[in-house]
Amino acid sequence: MTTTDQVTTQTAQIALEERGRARLRQPRAKRQKKHDDDSPTGTEVSRSSRILVTAGLVLFLVYSVAPVWWLIVSATKNQTDLVTTSGLWFADFNLWENLTAIFAYQDGIFIRWTLNSLLYAGVGSLVGMVISLACGYGLARFEFTGKKAIMAMVVGAFLIPYAMLTLPLYLLFSQIGLVDTIWAVLIPTFISPFSVYLSKVYVEGAIPPELLEAARIDGAGEFRIFVTIVLRMLGSGAATVFLLAFIASWNGFFLPLTMLQGSDKWTMTLGLYNWLTQSQVNAGSGIDFTSLVIAGSLLSVIPLAAIMLAMQRFWKSGVSLGALK
Amino acid sequence: MALTKAPSANTVPVTPPRGRARKPRKQLTWNTLHSLKGFLFTLPFVIGFFAVFLIPFVYALIQSVFAVQKSGTGFGPAETVFVGLDNFFQAGTDPVFWASMLRVFLFACVQIPVMLGLSLLMALLLDAMTGRWTKVFRIGLLVPHMIPGIVAALIWLYLYSPRLGPLTKAGDLFGLNINFFGIDLLFFSIGNLLTWGAIGFNMLIIYSSLRAVPRDLFEAARLDGATEGRIAWSIKIPYVRGTLVLTGMLSIIGMLQIFNEPLVFRTTSPETVTSNFTPIMMIFNQAFTSGNYNYAAALSVLLAVIVGVVSAFFYKLTNRPQA
Repeated sequence: MTTTDQVTTQTAQIALEERGRARLRQPRAKRQKKHDDDSPTGTEVSRSSRILVTAGLVLFLVYSVAPVWWLIVSATKNQTDLVTTSGLWFADFNLWENLTAIFAYQDGIFIRWTLNSLLYAGVGSLVGMVISLACGYGLARFEFTGKKAIMAMVVGAFLIPYAMLTLPLYLLFSQIGLVDTIWAVLIPTFISPFSVYLSKVYVEGAIPPELLEAARIDGAGEFRIFVTIVLRMLGSGAATVFLLAFIASWNGFFLPLTMLQGSDKWTMTLGLYNWLTQSQVNAGSGIDFTSLVIAGSLLSVIPLAAIMLAMQRFWKSGVSLGALK
Repeated sequence: MALTKAPSANTVPVTPPRGRARKPRKQLTWNTLHSLKGFLFTLPFVIGFFAVFLIPFVYALIQSVFAVQKSGTGFGPAETVFVGLDNFFQAGTDPVFWASMLRVFLFACVQIPVMLGLSLLMALLLDAMTGRWTKVFRIGLLVPHMIPGIVAALIWLYLYSPRLGPLTKAGDLFGLNINFFGIDLLFFSIGNLLTWGAIGFNMLIIYSSLRAVPRDLFEAARLDGATEGRIAWSIKIPYVRGTLVLTGMLSIIGMLQIFNEPLVFRTTSPETVTSNFTPIMMIFNQAFTSGNYNYAAALSVLLAVIVGVVSAFFYKLTNRPQA
């Protein structure tokens, strides 16, 4: 008995390794093909239409990038240069002073907001990812009564606008005393129907049922199979699910605005919005928040841009997957 | 290897668990147990879904049939009373609510087609582009998508601002006195901001489905003498029709809950962007400024139903010719 067990374990391992290798190979092969597509295929594309295409793209590029350029340039200016010099080119380089001012304001409350944003987006997306992958796995590889109902819930929830549920959620959370705690923002982040949908599609594509059968014969428990085989083999799919949830949470505004009252629990965007309102209300008072808001905006973009550029491959696959269905 | 696996996989349901010997019922129990395990994997999500989606919705429904009323003289303590569908009747005839709906609806009718048209044009251009620069464009065009919505609104608020932004000054150069926050241009200003933030992402979705079009179709069309414009019109656009429907639907749902951008614009021009400018702003206002939670709950329910109906209608409408 032990020998057969060993044999099947080995079989499963080999299958697992093979799968892993195949999946490693796959993206490379795909990229190769894409590269071929990018290189000029038909020589028939005329010169004039190519110039037209490039010119159009340059226009769109300027439109897309110019406002961000303005933000970068303006973040380096002091209060007077902001008003007196052109917004599209640098004046006196004042970035460090602006940053010092931000971090000094109210004993570094901006750092607090940054950490809060990271906490909500990071922990929220991580837990959400595990919940979604488990649910996606259950939906993709098991048969049980009620499975159809769960699928209907998942797809139907796409159509429910999130903002409309936020007020009822607020009423409910205030009944059980969760309002103005970090849980009020974290719990809704945990539950994402779109992540479940993505996970189901990934499991269907990446986890062969035979492999699960083999593992079961070897006597592995379902939980162990999920942790050691499914989670491990879903590497890039899991990364995509995480990344998309992270972006959504980082950009979220309505939920924290509704749920959080104390400024020590705010997110970066909520804090920036608050500075903006203060700069309008107390226009006459000593502090002008404008340069704080501008430099703070730039800071809030950096983590998101960094994580998106670093994980570009993953979120693009998620987007195109969403588009195909 | 395949030999050892295949038979063992087949024997799974039949292999009796050690120490137990029951023939017909065994398979059933195994299946039941297996189903239960599968359900357990989905359980955390299902519980969360009830907590975050269904229970709040039901709770809102319950709240919406009550109202807080002062007792007769107006001096006694306020009490919550059952009012049936009164809140919904009130919402149905509330001119402020329907004005905000109409405002968003008309705005959507202009902004969404323009935004999707530009996204499609961008995707087609990018698809026609060849060579090294494609990657630069692809990342550059996605830059707005990397900016959080509130920050995008802040950037454009400053760009429009007559004190800080270059746009008003550029207008002065041509002798135009532009006020981006005036009632005439406000919709353009917000529309431009939304378009700027959304075209990159929508372009990416359309572009990914354009890449799935078989390339040899273009070759064949070119051999037949079709121009690039004709190829785009007759092959590429029909091919991405489904994607356009999807992005259109997501945009409509997004637009009906527009909140962030008007809120940011309200800080500079509270007279033009009123506190009830959009449906969600009105709900927010009813709940947190007026403290009228029951009415706000009724409006939330009504809006959710409207969004559901609009999405379903749009889906039916755009899918019919294909089916």
